[in-house]
Order: sequence, then C-alpha cells, then structure tokens
Amino acid sequence: MAEARGPWARFLARPNEDPVKALGMAGLVALGAALTVSTAATLLEPRQAANLEAARAARMQAMIEALPGLREVMEEVGVTELQSRLVDLETGRMLPGGVMAVDAEQAARETDTGVELPPEADIAGIGRRERVAAIHLLERDGALALVVLPMRGSGYQSTIHALLALESDLDTVAALTVTEQGETPGLGAQIERADWQALWPGRRIADDSGTLRIEVVRGAATTPFEVDGISGATRTGNGVTAMLRFWMGPWGYGPFLDRLAGEGAG
Amino acid sequence: MIRLSHHLTDPLIRSNPVTLQILGICSALAVTTALATALTMAAALIFVLCASAAIISAIRRHIPHAIRLILQITIIATLVIVTDEVLRAYAFEISQRLSIFVGLIVTNCIVLGRAEGFAMHHPVGPSILDALGNALGYGLVLVIVATIRELFGTGRLLGIPMLPLAEQGGWFEPLRVMQLAPSAFFIIGLMIWAIRTARPEQVERPEHRLLSQHEEARP
Repeated sequence: MAEARGPWARFLARPNEDPVKALGMAGLVALGAALTVSTAATLLEPRQAANLEAARAARMQAMIEALPGLREVMEEVGVTELQSRLVDLETGRMLPGGVMAVDAEQAARETDTGVELPPEADIAGIGRRERVAAIHLLERDGALALVVLPMRGSGYQSTIHALLALESDLDTVAALTVTEQGETPGLGAQIERADWQALWPGRRIADDSGTLRIEVVRGAATTPFEVDGISGATRTGNGVTAMLRFWMGPWGYGPFLDRLAGEGAG
Repeated sequence: MIRLSHHLTDPLIRSNPVTLQILGICSALAVTTALATALTMAAALIFVLCASAAIISAIRRHIPHAIRLILQITIIATLVIVTDEVLRAYAFEISQRLSIFVGLIVTNCIVLGRAEGFAMHHPVGPSILDALGNALGYGLVLVIVATIRELFGTGRLLGIPMLPLAEQGGWFEPLRVMQLAPSAFFIIGLMIWAIRTARPEQVERPEHRLLSQHEEARP
C-alpha cells in the first residue's frame, strides 16, 4: 500500500500549474466521466429500448384509431392487428415471414442487410437504406384495403420517422403518423401534433402521369398534393416532403407499389 | 449548523438565482407549461447541482486553474447525461416532454455559476448546502410559475381537473396564452417586481446616469 500510494501522493502533491498535473487531472476526470456515462448507458439501455418500443406500438395503435372506420373494418375482417409483411425493396417482392429481427435503421447500417444510396438518389438524406422493409397490410374480403409503410428522413436537426398509410389506390393518403422525431420543440416538433397530422388524410401522392407531387408547402395548401407547412419550420417541412418523395420513389417502395398495383391486392 | 444554514435558505428568496440573478430563464420558460415537467426538471437540477458541487468541491485543490472550466463542464455534462438516461429509462413520458431541456442543464448558468463561484472555494458540506439552496430556489420559481400556467392554462394541476371547464359545462375558460412561452416571462417579471418591492435592496442601480447628475465611482 505504501508503495502504491507513493506515485499517487507525489502526483497530487504537484503544483496545479504543473503540466503533468493538468494533463493528469484532465485525463482522470475524462476517464471518470467516460466510465460513468458508458455504465449508465449500458445498464439503462434495455429499459429505454423497451420504452421506445412501447411508444412505437402505442403510436401504431393510435394511427389505427385515427383512421376513420379502420377499427370497424378490422373488427369486420376479424383481425386486431395489421398484417406485417417483409418486402424486398429492390425487387418489390414480398418475402415469406413477417417480422424483422432488427430495426430498419440498424439493418441499413450493416453491409449485408443495407445498401449505400447514391448521393443523387438520397434526397431524404439517410445515407443508407435497408434491403428489406417491414410493411403492414389490411385486407378486406381478399382485397387490399390499406397499406402502411414505415419511412424516415432527415429533418432540420433529427431523423424523422413516420408511418404512411395509403388507401387501396396506393395514391391517396389515409394517414401520416410521425413516430419519432427530435425537431425544434415548439416549431418543427409540431409535426408530431395530431392537428397537423389530421391535414394528411385525402392528400394525393402522385398525379395521373405518375409524377410525385406530394409536398409540404410554405403557408396554406392549394392543391390535393399539398399540405400546409408549419410557420418557422420550413426545413422540417422540406424534410417531410423529401422523405415522402424518396420512399414513394424508385429507391423506396416504388417497385413494391408497382408490383402491388399490377397484381391487385393478391 | 446555524452558521451554515444560511447557504441553504439564502438562495430561496433573498438571493434567488432566477429572480435576483436572472439565471436559468430559458428552461424556466420552456418546462413550466405543466407542474409535472417543472417538478421533474427541478429534481433533475437538484441532483446535478448538488452532485457537481460535491465532486468539484472535493477535488477543488487539485483542479489546475487553467483548465478548471473544462473540468467543471465535463463533470456537469456527465451528471446531466446520466440524469437524462435515468429519466429516459424510468420516466419515459416526462422525458419526452422535457425533450432537450434536461440536456440543456449543462448550459444552465446556475450550475456552472455555483461551481465556479462557490464550490471551487468551499468545503464539500457548505458547497452541497449552497447547491441545494440554489437548486431549491430555482425549483421554487419553476413550481410557482408552472402551477399558475397549468392551472389557468388548462384548468388542471398535475393533470387532475381543478377548475370546471366551460366546454364541460363549468365556468372556467382556459387562458390559452398561459400555455405559450411569453406568459412565463410575464409571471417571472411580476414575481421579480413583487420581490423587489418587498425588498428594495434588490433593485439594481442604473448602470448609466445622465451626465448632469452626480457621478458615482464604481469598481
């Protein structure tokens, strides 16, 4: 103990102006801080993940509640939940099995489950996209009634996660729910508010020629393709527009929706 | 103990960090729309302020002067991150409503102010008392503002209906302005006015005087 205390006591006895002491103290404080933060993060991570998952499930449930008549349709069909299906985004084919092992962002990061997006295609600013996405379907009498597509894109200062519900024409928005965002509180964060999301049902994604026209505009919407922007949150609105156009386009769910439209609901 | 207790009681009203020193206003505006968020924020600040004061005071003799602010901020930021993580794990909904404002405790002038102004020069005991007093002083203002804003803005307290709302057949029409940030300015301003009327010694002397008036030598 006496030997062990030797260098430590000598270190503490150094004058505070000494560079070794300054570097040593900086190092010790940084080490203590790093250990504390990483311990807390590691220990609390499972609980936080469970909280996020519960919140996501609750929002999914809220979206089901928010869609007019959806609950009745689901009761009529005799289901309590939407069907989850996996879709290969490149080919647009549905894959067997229904559940994703990891979340989409994590899948996008891995080399074997994600793809790097070419910069010109990456209008939503997400860098990488997963190869397989989990979508949700609701069928009535064997015909497609609703398809719910998860998507994400860069907003002003955070990644916005959303669920877009399309009606069976695969063009009319049935609902848009923002499931996760970290935009400026009071401004961009208003995209999470129910009254803003209530503007979405009935909007159209593309015009008859197939051009993607959906847009969050500045000020008030004038066409069925437009949604009122939030004042002071232009870049958040632009982020939502880019997110929808990316995911509805050829690099997103485009191939899947084309295939779905070609096959009918089958 | 009597000698020490003024560290705790002084910052409650007499030298309250918010109303006298006008520190921590940003978060005081942001988290006071509801009493629950204000209480959580106050608890978070009490923990961060006391723990940082204790740690900084304990190692104060070994903090090199040249890097003292960096070390203080590192310690404070660590405590804030831990607080944020704990809230996200155990009080998820409130942490969502507080959003970035728990993280912004790092930049709350009260915390660094007490570390630099008090804990660097005093033993652990008085430092913790001083930190607790200041945190309670901040919390007190937050709770008063949040009580007024939630009660008159929504007719509820802690989410429990207190005043019968007009839309449900009662007489109370919620004041929407109370839920907007400016109302916190008004309330804090009125509190400062009330305190300074009761304690005229808190009124700041004007920094500039007209030339014709007697000029006072100021340090």
